[in-house]
Amino acid sequence: MRSRWVNKATALHLGVIAVLFALQFVLPDYHHVNLARVMVLASFAMGYNIAFGYTGLLSLGHAMFFAAGLYAAGLMALFAGVGAGGGLLLGVIAGLVVAAAVGCLALRTTGVSFMIVTLMFAQAAFLATFYFGEYTRGDEGFVIPSNLRSLFGLSLVEPTTRYFVALTLFSLCMAVSFAIARSSMGRVLAAIRENEERTRMLGYNVFLYKLVALVISGAISGAVGAAYGMLFGYVGATFASIQYSILPLLWVLMGGAATVLGPFVGTLLMFYLVDISSGFTSANMLIVGLALIGLILFFPKGILGTLRERAAPWLP
Amino acid sequence: MVESVKPNRKKQISGVSRRKALAGLGGAAAGATVSGVLPGFVRYAQAQTSAPIKIGFQVHRTGIGAAYGRWYDRTTRAAAQLINESGGINGRPIEIIAEDDGTDPKRGAEVVEKFATQHGADVAFGTLFSHVVIGSAPRAGELKIPYFVVSEGHHVASGILNRYTLQPGITDVKSQVQSMAPWVASNLGKKVTMIYPDFAFGHDHRDYFSAAMAAQGGEVIGKIAIPPTESSFFKYFPKIPRGTEVLYHVMVGPGVLTFVKEMGEFFGSKRPEIFGFIDSLEAVSINSPGLEFLEGSYFWEANPRYAQAKSSKFDAFYRAKVGVDETGASVDDPKDIATYSHMFGCWETLHTIKQGMEAAGYRGPGDRAKLIEAVEAIDNMEESQAHPQGAKIFNGKTHQVFGHQFISKVGGGKLNVVHKTSIEDGFYKDEVDYTSQPL
Repeated sequence: MRSRWVNKATALHLGVIAVLFALQFVLPDYHHVNLARVMVLASFAMGYNIAFGYTGLLSLGHAMFFAAGLYAAGLMALFAGVGAGGGLLLGVIAGLVVAAAVGCLALRTTGVSFMIVTLMFAQAAFLATFYFGEYTRGDEGFVIPSNLRSLFGLSLVEPTTRYFVALTLFSLCMAVSFAIARSSMGRVLAAIRENEERTRMLGYNVFLYKLVALVISGAISGAVGAAYGMLFGYVGATFASIQYSILPLLWVLMGGAATVLGPFVGTLLMFYLVDISSGFTSANMLIVGLALIGLILFFPKGILGTLRERAAPWLP
Repeated sequence: MVESVKPNRKKQISGVSRRKALAGLGGAAAGATVSGVLPGFVRYAQAQTSAPIKIGFQVHRTGIGAAYGRWYDRTTRAAAQLINESGGINGRPIEIIAEDDGTDPKRGAEVVEKFATQHGADVAFGTLFSHVVIGSAPRAGELKIPYFVVSEGHHVASGILNRYTLQPGITDVKSQVQSMAPWVASNLGKKVTMIYPDFAFGHDHRDYFSAAMAAQGGEVIGKIAIPPTESSFFKYFPKIPRGTEVLYHVMVGPGVLTFVKEMGEFFGSKRPEIFGFIDSLEAVSINSPGLEFLEGSYFWEANPRYAQAKSSKFDAFYRAKVGVDETGASVDDPKDIATYSHMFGCWETLHTIKQGMEAAGYRGPGDRAKLIEAVEAIDNMEESQAHPQGAKIFNGKTHQVFGHQFISKVGGGKLNVVHKTSIEDGFYKDEVDYTSQPL
């Protein structure tokens, strides 16, 4: 039974990647670039989901990890001429190191305290982008030279290359999420989320598991930050603001926490909700708010979370 | 007689071919178009297509730029209406497609993509806040859609953007600041303390004004940066060094009124000369309670908010069309103060787009490169209905326009112009040549 579920789940996720691959051939230009952006942002949400969805770490500091990767890639491109490949690697390292450092301190707290501590760290990181304005150009930010935005000789300015890079990143993040969800480590993380004390009593090093989860989450966020900068050419302090800590939380809640595909569904829905509603009214966030209320009423565990509960228990 | 008329008449009719008749009608319509007397659908008739030219308007309807965005919107629609009433561009009406960017660079880039790939806009236009411009410009360059910004940031002329980004409607901050320094040093004092927001816009003021004052034999003796999250400013005023002759302030955002009020409470009746950028009080009445201490202080203005005795007939025309009275407020609501020193840039930029498209014989997106080259070829802009703020000189290499600046003194509850700079006061050495980049 379990093996059949695993096969079903594997087939679904591979199918999603196949559909995303095929869509590039039929989508109009506008939705082509939108989907590339959504896949990148959904990867960020998947990273967040590892900390929040699977481990129960309600972080408001993920903008810091995203920005660590974004600035690592952007600044090294601007001042050292490092290209996209090096930038992406630096992004992963930056996100990983910052998450490890913050995690060592912030994970001494739990619950609301953890949320506030991560928020404070993120706010300090946000202000650091202004403090070092001589290099970062603060709120204005800077443009990554287009000649450095290439990977294996392919220009990331080209829509097709951008789409492939976004799809590759998305697939990798999905694979990591899927593997964690299916691993024994994933079960320990879920146990920590459900009852931390009991998990500790069973002999697990809860602090270490949480730290590993946060570091993986931070490394993915850093990679996505670097990818975003390289794919769209801009680095700015906005991406380090509280808004970019709240957004992945909303995307995950909307799609379904602790589901592998939930972050993608949430990101996609939220993106088009904002995009379409802003064409009609400047009160578009009101529409988003109403949609979220509706979602909480009818899909209390997010779209895929509720679907898993009611109809598809095999969804990872 | 009747009979003789009939043949003659018949002969006349048969002697005019359909082609000649159409040509005659077209010529008459073109002539009438120039005089601007025919209704729209007739005036557009001589163009090969009457489909509108689509102008994607990236507007700050929400977020920190909302106060500016509202007036940018109003000015843009007034300019579009005027252009359409005068025959449109190349005989085609223009259509403004407005999208809110939330004053956010990520959304800004998405909006530019939407203009280029979904709306089929011919150009994108109208962005004010620098971070939105810098976040959007790379995508405009990649999508090869001309992106006309109205930002006053130095980002265009600094060379960090690309050939598809232009700023032909408003002078940049480097030029503005530089042109203020000679008058400040000669009339107010040579020892200046600057108070500015601690982000890029403020740093531009700090760096460019410091250099300009040094060139005048002056000195910036205090530089007080206000963090972007600050909501109370009292603690910063004691940092103003003794010996300060001129206090230079420039603030933007929701805290500006608090800042100016608290500055007045701190100084009381004893204060140095105060010179501010009107950004500190854009969309705010100079007669707001608590601002009485500004009497006798000075402001930079790009376009004088209060109509002056020497204001041109073009300024009066522009005010009437946009709906701004002689005090710089909306004609519909005296409490609704315009962002008068910035919004003219939308009016003038739209007219420059028209000039460029007409020079390029613009027909559609395939002519975007020609449009860029045509705008780059513009140099002098005469003071006119199209340029009511004043004459300007456009630098095609740096994609940046230069114009007159004004210094106004607060007196009798008004801003009265005491000095107008020359255009040349704002010139600086080129930092880029965009024309060397491929289109």
